[in-house]
Amino acid sequence: MRKGNTMSEKFIKRENASEESAAMRPAVNVVEDATGITLYADLPGVPKEKLSIHVEGDNLILEGELEINSPPNMEAIHAEVDRSRYRRVFTLSRELDGDKVSAGFRHGVLELRIPKAEHAQPRRIVVQAT
Amino acid sequence: MHYRGIFPRDLFTELERLQREFDSSPSIRGAAPGYPAMNVGTTPKSVEVYAFAPGMTPEEFDVQVENGVLTISGECKDIVPPEGATIHIGEHFSGRFRRVISLPDDIEPNSTMASYRDGVLHVCVARREAAQSRRISVQ
Repeated sequence: MRKGNTMSEKFIKRENASEESAAMRPAVNVVEDATGITLYADLPGVPKEKLSIHVEGDNLILEGELEINSPPNMEAIHAEVDRSRYRRVFTLSRELDGDKVSAGFRHGVLELRIPKAEHAQPRRIVVQAT
Repeated sequence: MHYRGIFPRDLFTELERLQREFDSSPSIRGAAPGYPAMNVGTTPKSVEVYAFAPGMTPEEFDVQVENGVLTISGECKDIVPPEGATIHIGEHFSGRFRRVISLPDDIEPNSTMASYRDGVLHVCVARREAAQSRRISVQ
């Protein structure tokens, strides 16, 4: 791919907007099974090193910065993606273990695994016959 | 199929599109602008198209230039949850997609290149040399 200006200088229109509105909200899928939650987030255009995932208290914060090399002399004529960042915040419920989040990132899709804390793991209660 | 005229010469297409967007009844093909989201730019030598379609592999795209029209299509596989799992949020696009854009008159369809990186498909369609503006010296 040719080196050039990044996306942010070419297709971006609303760079001066307030922080919250300047970011796009990535589409996500959230799936829960017995041992935890898996979150998939669409972050096309974000290279691995521009992705940030952090847990602050009960909040899980996903952020990513777009980086798309376009030719330096390019003139943007149509932009549906016209902001340079993604951001989305989720509240983690108490049984989730924010310290043990693991992540994978491939072709713009982030896969996050948030396990349930030990004490919240399902336990099968045996019904005694009396 | 989402048809968009984005080059200035397609004035009628553009007007029609604007009309459609202001129309209160939604299209049967869903809300504009369709999947994947696209950005388009031009340089004197090329038309640059960026399609934001994460979670694919390069082989899963079908990119065609025919009669001055660029078509990007493919199928985005669904994320299959494990047995017994509950889906809480399901926003990820899945299924077949197809987007069509009309290109300017001066393109060279045989030198089209496409690459896929970080979930973005980049298609570069070359424009003919002749169309590039040249300074004419006055005798």
